[in-house]
Amino acid sequence: MPLAESWQTAEIPGPKKASLIIKPDIADAIIRRAKRPIMIVGYGAVEYEVEGIKLIECLIELANKGKIPVVVTASTAREFLNRGFSPAALMPAVDIGNRLTDPAWKGLDGKESYDLAIFVGLPYSMEWTILSGLKHFAPSLKTMTLDCVYQPNASWSFPNSTIKDWAANLKGIVENLGD
Amino acid sequence: MVELKRDSINVKIKELNSDIAHFRDLSITIGAITKETWVEPMGPTPYPSLTTLRSWDLKLLERYKPFYLPFCDLCCMCTYGKCDLTGNKLGACGISMAAQQSRTVLLAACIGASTHTAHARDLLTHLIERYGGDHPINVGELNVDIEAPLTRLVCGIKPVKLGDFEEVLDYCERQLTQLLSVTHTGQEGNNLDFESKVFHAGMIDHVGMEVADIAQISALGFPKSDPEASLVDLGLGTVDIKKPVILVIGHNVPPAIEIIDYLKTRDLMSEAEVTGICCTALDMTRYSAKAKIIGPISWQLRYVRSGVPDVIVIDEQCVRADILQEAQHIHAPLIATSGKNCCGLPDRTHDVPDEIVADFVSGKITGALILDPVKVGEVAVRTALAIAPKREKHKLLPTHDELIKLAKKCTDCVLCRRACPNDLPISYAVKAAAQGNMSGLDELYDDCVGCGRCESACPQKIPVHSIIVAAAEKKTRDERYRIRTGRGAIQDIEIRKVGGPLVLGEIPGIVAFVGCANFPKGSREVAEMCMEFAKRRYIVCTSGCSAISAGMYRNEEGKTAYEMYPGSFEAGGIVNVGSCVSNAHISGAAIKIASIFARRPLRGNYEEIADYVYNRVGAVGVAWGAMSQKAASIAAGFWRLGIPVVVGPHGTKYRRMLLGRSDKEQDWYVYDARTGEKVYGGPVPEHLFFAAETKEEAMVMIAKLTMRPNDTSKGRAIKLTNYIDLHKRLIGGMPHDVHLLVRKRADIPLTMKEDIEKILKEMEWTEHEIPDPTLLSRMIRKSKEA
Repeated sequence: MPLAESWQTAEIPGPKKASLIIKPDIADAIIRRAKRPIMIVGYGAVEYEVEGIKLIECLIELANKGKIPVVVTASTAREFLNRGFSPAALMPAVDIGNRLTDPAWKGLDGKESYDLAIFVGLPYSMEWTILSGLKHFAPSLKTMTLDCVYQPNASWSFPNSTIKDWAANLKGIVENLGD
Repeated sequence: MVELKRDSINVKIKELNSDIAHFRDLSITIGAITKETWVEPMGPTPYPSLTTLRSWDLKLLERYKPFYLPFCDLCCMCTYGKCDLTGNKLGACGISMAAQQSRTVLLAACIGASTHTAHARDLLTHLIERYGGDHPINVGELNVDIEAPLTRLVCGIKPVKLGDFEEVLDYCERQLTQLLSVTHTGQEGNNLDFESKVFHAGMIDHVGMEVADIAQISALGFPKSDPEASLVDLGLGTVDIKKPVILVIGHNVPPAIEIIDYLKTRDLMSEAEVTGICCTALDMTRYSAKAKIIGPISWQLRYVRSGVPDVIVIDEQCVRADILQEAQHIHAPLIATSGKNCCGLPDRTHDVPDEIVADFVSGKITGALILDPVKVGEVAVRTALAIAPKREKHKLLPTHDELIKLAKKCTDCVLCRRACPNDLPISYAVKAAAQGNMSGLDELYDDCVGCGRCESACPQKIPVHSIIVAAAEKKTRDERYRIRTGRGAIQDIEIRKVGGPLVLGEIPGIVAFVGCANFPKGSREVAEMCMEFAKRRYIVCTSGCSAISAGMYRNEEGKTAYEMYPGSFEAGGIVNVGSCVSNAHISGAAIKIASIFARRPLRGNYEEIADYVYNRVGAVGVAWGAMSQKAASIAAGFWRLGIPVVVGPHGTKYRRMLLGRSDKEQDWYVYDARTGEKVYGGPVPEHLFFAAETKEEAMVMIAKLTMRPNDTSKGRAIKLTNYIDLHKRLIGGMPHDVHLLVRKRADIPLTMKEDIEKILKEMEWTEHEIPDPTLLSRMIRKSKEA
């Protein structure tokens, strides 16, 4: 499987494409470097399992360790609440995407703009187009995806991966963040 | 010299000497001379040009700014290009990414509006030839006085006979030419001006659709605003496959009508099955309840490959471009009937039917272009009767053993999944099928949109779509449903009954499920949404492929949405207005509420009526499977009237959303028409164009988007009850924005008082007045200064 091709074969990006996260350390460095990260979690997070563990549990651990506020979209909130995790906001994906393009928006807490948006679990083409919007209209924002497929419009993306490799990468990120 | 045109008289005088003056090259144009029967004074904007309603559009766009979602980073529309527009780069012509995206939306809207208008023109020309230009317009007998609300509103004329629509279409065609020219290199450069023109294209689209549907209702005897229009058969399982079967696909119904007439006049209706896919299917059941609808656009491949159709007749729009090859594979002759979709076939329009039928039956030809609907009727029927015994329902679906053999060829390259618009786990299902387990393929059948991209992608040439359909064969046999056929317009008396409760908010809203079948999770979701909102006493409307999909699901009692709920325009009704062009009756109903219930002047008075609809009529369009350019123009027509539209996750590919910002208080001020004060009206409706990620998110948003600043406290409480209840059930917990939607304590639903009061206290909420809202300063009844 080609590593750095759009997962949806025909959704060819333009000249500016995501850099590959080829090992967890890269993702960790990006998260550590960010002053104001935010994570946007779509409904896919509820549906995916990574080696017997729900993706959502991995993301909660990541958010806790990285102290990253989480925006949940669609009907994902209940799964977080059931696990004792309170998202920073419930908001449709296009709404949070729109706010992130506004340089005057001071974030969910009204303090400061975000400098890193981490996306995971949205339908592929929806995430593709929202990331495209951010690529073009949020020049101060970096974006990263944690999905197991390549998202060319992010600043950084995992390659197209097997579930096994993806699981290892996510675990690596979470473990490193605890260092 | 005097030129006599359809809509005007032009007098040109080269040179004239008289006692009072000497004229050269004098040209005088007199508009159409008609007998005026409409006493209402002409409003300010009859036949609006590209810019007449620009200030209204910009008011909406100030509140709902585009959130761009570029689907392509390049522009490749001229030979300067390709130009990379990434970030803030400009193209060689100077265009920005924002303007290019809006330009692309305008192109899509022009394509959509042109398609409906051209459809209307062909239909009108055909019906005038057949029934005469003086054939009276009749959409609802004595129950409908405002027969053409969009035509009256936009054009300022009251059509009486079919011929009156000629000048309406002349206007639409002129505007579409102007609009298309705007997309040329070096014309418009501002993104919001492009967007204003998108709205203009949408408005024109709705006028074109209205003409098309009124013409066919009036001339072809379709149901006339009939809430009890027939329940007809829907689904592949309803077809008697022992009989010769004709399949019609498309949108322009005359050839299908002629097929039915040919059968009827020869007493052959019980000898053959007339079946259809997409809007032609809907429209032919409005003509004859014996015709059968197979399914929406996504059923084309699966039905053709089943081998059931003996003859396939196509007209225009949403017909698969490879339909000829698909027809050839099952040895079914194909008849193309529209100049817009000739399929490369020989033109046999002027040949005698005997010869064409003989050529089909002998196999000398596999397809023909016949541009005469009457001839199509005869050729299709005679060919089907003659060829059916020879074809023996030659199908393209593999047997169980063949399926396993094909599945074993799979190398698990996952290119099928990567080609699938819904990212369906096709390769897992194929691998399981190779082991004899068909359950995975069977499950895929429900979510498959029938595009066939999986097959094109497969390097092993596995007919992936065919094996999915073959594995689900039992399901296809069980597709037996009932749908209420398209009733057409909404009666004036229905508007009078619901106008008050709707405007006051006591009927929580009108929710219209329209558009194509590019659903993220199958038809079932549309049916479920329809039933939920009908159960909650909204007025639910359906049209086109969504109307069909809404009928393809049975509840626990074994009934479809149309068997469960009445077809009247009332709280708890599910109103199938008809095909794509019938969408005009939904926007028309909103306009009629302003005109009939509120007595706002209608004639050429677009801005005031749109302002009324936007601020008071809680209508929402839902195009859950929107795919086409027509869906784009239909949505745009709703936007200009201030009616929000919700689309499914694929809708982000339309390149931009129109989103409000509830967190920006300054965006939500309106004039209070009573005082002229600018007052906070609240963030309602929050968005104008919104893509939802899941059905659950869509349902919650639909409930929210029915709120309007004019809602009474009682009405707002009802709308809040629905919004909060759906949010709790489908999303989880209380919505985060309740404090923005409660204006006065009286708005708070009694059953939720404790929870809401707690939130209001936390948010330091204070009451604010309910305005008499308007965005137009000219609608202020008493100026502030006075």
